[in-house]
Amino acid sequence: MSSPEILKEADHVMVICNSCRYCEGYCAVFPAMERRRTFTAHDLRYLANLCHNCRDCYYACQYAPPHEFDVNVPKTLGELRLETYQDFTWPGVFKGLFRQNGLAVALITTLSVLLVLLLTFLFKGPATVFAIQSGENAFYRIIPYWAIVIPLTALGLFVLTTLLKGIANFWRETGGTPGELFGMKANVQAIRDVLQLKYLDGGGHGCNYPDGRFSFLRKWFHHFVFYGFILCFISTTIAAIYDHFLHWSAPYPFWSWPVVLGTVGGASLLVGTVGLLYLKLKMDPAPAPLRAFGMDIAFLSLLFLTSLTGLLLLLFRETPAMGTLLAVHLGIVLGLFITMPYGKFIHAAYRYAALVRNANEKLAEDRLADDPTQNKA
Amino acid sequence: MVQMVSTPHDADTLSQTFDLLVIGGGNAALCAAITAQEAGAKVLLLESAPIEFRGGNSRHTRNLRYMHERGNDHLTGPYLEDEFWDDLKRVTGGQTNEELARFTIRQSNNVGEWMARHGVRFQPAMRGTLHLARTNGFFLGGGKALINAYYATAAKLGVQILYDAEVTDLEIQDGRFQSASFLSRGITQKVRTKAVVVASGGFQANLDWLKEYWGPPAENFIIRGTPYDKGRMLRVLLDRGAKPVGDPRQCHAVAIDARAPKFDGGIVTRLDCVPFGIVVNKHARRFYDEGEDFWPKRYAIWGRLVAQQPDQIAYAVIDSKSIDLFMPSVFPPIEAASINEMAAKLELDPAALKETVAAFNQAVRPGRFDSNDLDDCTTAGLEPTKSHWARPLDRPPYYGYPLRPGITFTYLGVTVNDHAQVIMQDDQPAENIFAAGEIMAGNILGKGYMAGFGMTIGTVFGRVAGKEAALHVIS
Repeated sequence: MSSPEILKEADHVMVICNSCRYCEGYCAVFPAMERRRTFTAHDLRYLANLCHNCRDCYYACQYAPPHEFDVNVPKTLGELRLETYQDFTWPGVFKGLFRQNGLAVALITTLSVLLVLLLTFLFKGPATVFAIQSGENAFYRIIPYWAIVIPLTALGLFVLTTLLKGIANFWRETGGTPGELFGMKANVQAIRDVLQLKYLDGGGHGCNYPDGRFSFLRKWFHHFVFYGFILCFISTTIAAIYDHFLHWSAPYPFWSWPVVLGTVGGASLLVGTVGLLYLKLKMDPAPAPLRAFGMDIAFLSLLFLTSLTGLLLLLFRETPAMGTLLAVHLGIVLGLFITMPYGKFIHAAYRYAALVRNANEKLAEDRLADDPTQNKA
Repeated sequence: MVQMVSTPHDADTLSQTFDLLVIGGGNAALCAAITAQEAGAKVLLLESAPIEFRGGNSRHTRNLRYMHERGNDHLTGPYLEDEFWDDLKRVTGGQTNEELARFTIRQSNNVGEWMARHGVRFQPAMRGTLHLARTNGFFLGGGKALINAYYATAAKLGVQILYDAEVTDLEIQDGRFQSASFLSRGITQKVRTKAVVVASGGFQANLDWLKEYWGPPAENFIIRGTPYDKGRMLRVLLDRGAKPVGDPRQCHAVAIDARAPKFDGGIVTRLDCVPFGIVVNKHARRFYDEGEDFWPKRYAIWGRLVAQQPDQIAYAVIDSKSIDLFMPSVFPPIEAASINEMAAKLELDPAALKETVAAFNQAVRPGRFDSNDLDDCTTAGLEPTKSHWARPLDRPPYYGYPLRPGITFTYLGVTVNDHAQVIMQDDQPAENIFAAGEIMAGNILGKGYMAGFGMTIGTVFGRVAGKEAALHVIS
């Protein structure tokens, strides 16, 4: 459970914010806060995950340190958010992975790469690995079809389960009812908010990121990452359909859907992750939840390495380097899959759930406002 | 031209010469500095606060009232000169200078556009801002965000800005400004410019000065805004022959939470619970009609009411029926299961508080309670009466809030003309001394207050002072 200190600090900050409300135009957190008068642990966990960390409120805050009220919303909610990642983790035994997440992710990924390399060389021998492979099934001559599909499918299902369990845990631990989680209107609104990154724009003027100036860089780089990731996901899905149902195996020609989408997606991921890493290294640390720094860097680096090795594999697939590159790429993908539920990726699940919840609250508010039987102020 | 050696950092800045000195670092000072620099003057701005607390009381503001002929993305409808003037006349009770006031109103016409061009962002009308959505533009993020935007704009234009630089004296000869002395990093330096804009606020953070009018009770006042508004420049200007304006004894005082910090507590320490309960002094006696009118129309008299009570302290007590009827505030209410317990927690005489509550409860007449209307819930045969929202205090838990006078600003200032020039004792304008913001607001706002109007005066006179001063130094 979240430590009492951080909950207390979050409550302190929200009580001050709720008596001020100057920041209500920036994002969804403040209007959601205004719907409450006091804040339960449920409320605070929800608000922490609704915060997109745009940091506009920090620079605008008349009570920011060194003021004695010491209000630092992005940092406080960011630190609470990190604790909720542990609280909502499934299975719970793995929550320790969030403590030194950068290190954990780096170790798991390195081990995954070493494991795949080792098995590849062990079973296929250097002669095959360093040979030029071409034509149909070229990849599977290095690593057999089943050895790719079975573990990754199993892991994929596991990741999906952890995400769903995480959302369910979030929903329960923030005090929501199941009906609200599946509300059509709320989900449509939340999907819209996600696709537009609506709350990473400070009410239309950008984030104070990496410093006090307003900028859309972060939003754009995040879009590059998000849509790059989606394109790669679609690319993989199409490839799986080709393989399973059309019996047409990789590698695919350059002008095929899987390769084009994967290349564009991979390039987009490279741009986005490099951009976000650059901004993160340049950022003003004052409003940053620094405890999350390792986790953020690790996930961005992992996404970067995944797309980089994927693109290198495409570039050098007709050379003797292909075998090693394939093993390294799959090793990194393995690391990515394993750490997805136990790293920064999980924010997607909780942020989405928080947005659904926010949409529900807004819908309820609108219904109340439209209801003629309600005595309007 | 700088006449004394200073630390390397400051020497760097001040090795240049400047045309215009702007004293102060709030909204008015920045509007003046930006306008003058844009007009071609080389401007030095001296802010006495450190960078973290820059911006004076503008840091704590949220909106600005300005004249406009039609609504826009952040204003819901027109607000024209006559309505604006009527509003001002009403709040000041006529204690204003109509010529200057109308000048201010007209100069504020569409000033939001100028502000936006200089980096200020407005937010659309939202729940918390609706009652002023037609007349006042709300800054996205509030006054500190506005200040940040102006500082960024000023720096980009080339205005030289020094923080932690308090001007201590002005050299004025025959009504002409010659030079200013300022203290920065422990060293006093002198800067000579062709003109000066003084925009350094009022004196409400100077408790000794307040004591001149209020005596020892001023010790118990809480200053809602910046601790840096000590009125040093106001005193220097008055001592050097500027003609005063505004009642020196008056200040805008509201009742705020007594647990607020001595300075800089800002908006979150206000308490809006008074109309829904009773307010007693340290002897547990009521002393004024808590339900006389809507709170926005009455909160500004409660500062003085509390200041007149023994030890300048009072306590608002409500019961659980009312706890959700007003905006939450920063300090949690003191909660008690009984009036006895409440008295103990507030350190009041239990018998006296019980008697006051019993007398009040007995005097309450039945009525239909409506917090949004001047309802018919009143008391009968009670002194002082409670005119509206009177309901018996009978449903525990009871909630208590301690109250003290919270000083927002003072009215005493220097007289100016519509060129923002300071008028001297001989009624002649000082050629190269300009004033803007709180230091001259008393010309227009001689009494009372109107939301967002201090920022109007600061913006309008900051721009006028900047323009006129630039004309003066360039010609």
